[in-house]
Parts: sequence; C-alpha cells; structure tokens
Amino acid sequence: MEEKTTFSLWKLFKSTFLISAFTVGGGFVIIPLLKAKIVDEYGWLDDKEALNYVSIAQTAPGAVAVNAAVILGYRLASFMGMLTALVATILPPLISITIIAYFYDAMINNPYIKYVLDGMQCGATVLIIDVAINLLRKQIKKKLVLPLIIMLCTFVANYFLHINVMYIIIADALIGLFALQDTKYN
Amino acid sequence: MTLIIELFISFFWVGIFCIGGGYASVPLIQHQVITIHQWLTMSEFMDIFAISQMTPGPIGINAATFVGTRVAGLPGSIAATLGFCAPSVIIMLILGYIIKKYGDVGAVRGILNGLRPAVVALIGGAAILFICMSLFGVDKIAIDPNNIKYLNIIIMVVCYIIIRKKLMGVIGTLAFSGVLSLILNTVASHT
Repeated sequence: MEEKTTFSLWKLFKSTFLISAFTVGGGFVIIPLLKAKIVDEYGWLDDKEALNYVSIAQTAPGAVAVNAAVILGYRLASFMGMLTALVATILPPLISITIIAYFYDAMINNPYIKYVLDGMQCGATVLIIDVAINLLRKQIKKKLVLPLIIMLCTFVANYFLHINVMYIIIADALIGLFALQDTKYN
Repeated sequence: MTLIIELFISFFWVGIFCIGGGYASVPLIQHQVITIHQWLTMSEFMDIFAISQMTPGPIGINAATFVGTRVAGLPGSIAATLGFCAPSVIIMLILGYIIKKYGDVGAVRGILNGLRPAVVALIGGAAILFICMSLFGVDKIAIDPNNIKYLNIIIMVVCYIIIRKKLMGVIGTLAFSGVLSLILNTVASHT
C-alpha cells in the first residue's frame, strides 16, 4: 500500500493520544480505531502486517491497548516509536483519572459529561463496524476455507461460549503452525 | 518512597498476569489492592468500575491511576501506571523484534496466518457487542427492545454516513459524535 501521509513521530503521538483520549471502553475498541487511522487513513502499514502485530498484542499479557500501541509504534519507528506510542496511550487516562480521582462525586453525577461520553461510544461503535466490515469482506474474498473456519469458530467460542481469548488465540496459533504455513495463506 | 515502590511492584504483577485483556485484570487488582495492601475499600474499588465504564482508557490503566492517586497522589499514579505497563513493553519489544526479523520464516508465518482470521473475528465480535451497548445499554451480546435508545440510532446513522463519505477522519468523527450527543440529549431533556 502506498504511503498516503509521510510518517513522523509527532503524527504518531498526536493520533495515538487523541484516539486514547476519545475512546471509551479499552483495548478492543482502541485496536480497530488505531487500524482505521494508521492503515486506512495514513497508509503507514498494510492490513496484513497490522493484523500480524495486533494479534500478538492480544495474545500477550497486559492491557491490549498498551500492547497494541507499543508493538505498532515499535514496527513504525523502532524504540522511539514504541516510546512515543506508549506515552501517547497512557497520558490521556492518566490525566483524566487523576482529575476524576479528585472530583469524583461532582463528575459522576454530571449529565452533560454522560451525554458526551455516551455519544462518543456511538461514534466508536460505528468506526468499529466499518473496520470489521472491511476486514470481513477481504477475508471472504480470499475464499480460503480454513481461515474462514478459524474466524467463525473464534467468534462463537469467544462471544457465545465465553472462552478466555488467550486460550482461543493459542489454539488458532497452533492450527496455523501446523496447517497454514503455505504462502497461499499469506 | 517505599509506598511508591510498592505501588509500582504491585501493578507490575497485575501487568504480568493480566492475560486476555480488560476484565481479566479485575480479580488481580482486587487481590493486590484490597487483600494484600488494604489501599482501598471494597466500595471504592467498585467505583473504579463505574468510572472505567464511562471514561476513556483501558480498565487496568484507569485502576492503576485511580489507586495510585488515592494512595500517594500524582507520584503514586505515575508509579502504578508505569508498573502496569512495564511487562507489556518488555514482552512486546521481544515479540515485535521476532516478527520483524522472522515473520517470513515458515513456522512464524504459519502462526501469524492462523492468528489474523482470529483477530478479524474478535473485531467483528467487538462491533456487535458495541452495537448492543450503544442501542440498549447492555454490556453483552443481547437484544433488549424495551430500552432502545433512539437518539443513539440517529447519532450512529449520521456518523456512518460521515465515515462512508469520508467527510471526517477517525478523531473528527469521535469528537463530532460526542458533541452531537450533547446537543440532542440536552434538547430532548428540555422538551
């Protein structure tokens, strides 16, 4: 994919900071939004590579959002990229929660704050739907049976059988290790 | 000073053993913060979840920051947050290096080929979950037609048009949705 916007650490910081600041709901929301920004809007990475790194972020211990920011930052600009993305991800919650810790009662009962946060959740929902539809469409277009089965089983196992994501991801990694080494699955 | 170091170490442990994201950290934090150290009461601990539900940021970071602030002010919140992130950084740097260097080697390529469809499924699931949360206010995949939020439907349709027509970027859309919700809800509550 051609690079639509030239890379700079400042742009990485700004976009990661704002996504972290405007995203209510943690890791599983931040990942599609980072993908929408870094892949679709900036063109710094292609779909495949972004998913490679994000999948690792979801398997490893720690907050998924932090993992994703750290590993994508590292991929884009090595150690400095990692540091930039990390600071940009943790600063917004650090600032907002520190303020809330001091003014907890006043803020939790303020309806206007609730309206804004509710609305941003709707905005995030729509962005995630858009990312999900695009990824799903590309996956189906490849017409590869085993990856589609993995996709379906992962969905059912996680959202209907409530199996811990870590176990599912490890199972998928093992299937890949033994059955998907052929380059046609790339 | 010992308090600051204790906060860092406690949340470092939470960071190491928090596997599977988000809510996996809850019992770990509870153990460190209530059982071992008695830094918070149970009801303060419950408040963190109310806050995390409605404020930006991962729940683990929110909890670390909140606990750190309550226990030792700003230095405490920084120590707890850094402690929580440190394991992530170390592990991600190692794994990131491996993928960058060996991503095309057969075994690593196989594993990644298996993981990508899984991530698509997880993002798809998150999308459905978020639709249920935005429409009905339930935090699971369920339909609750009695509590449907009509204003949120309007906000989502407008945002979807904005995204499809590429009228705004990611951050613009998020900011816009917040402002639109503020206006619509304020007007609705005064009529």
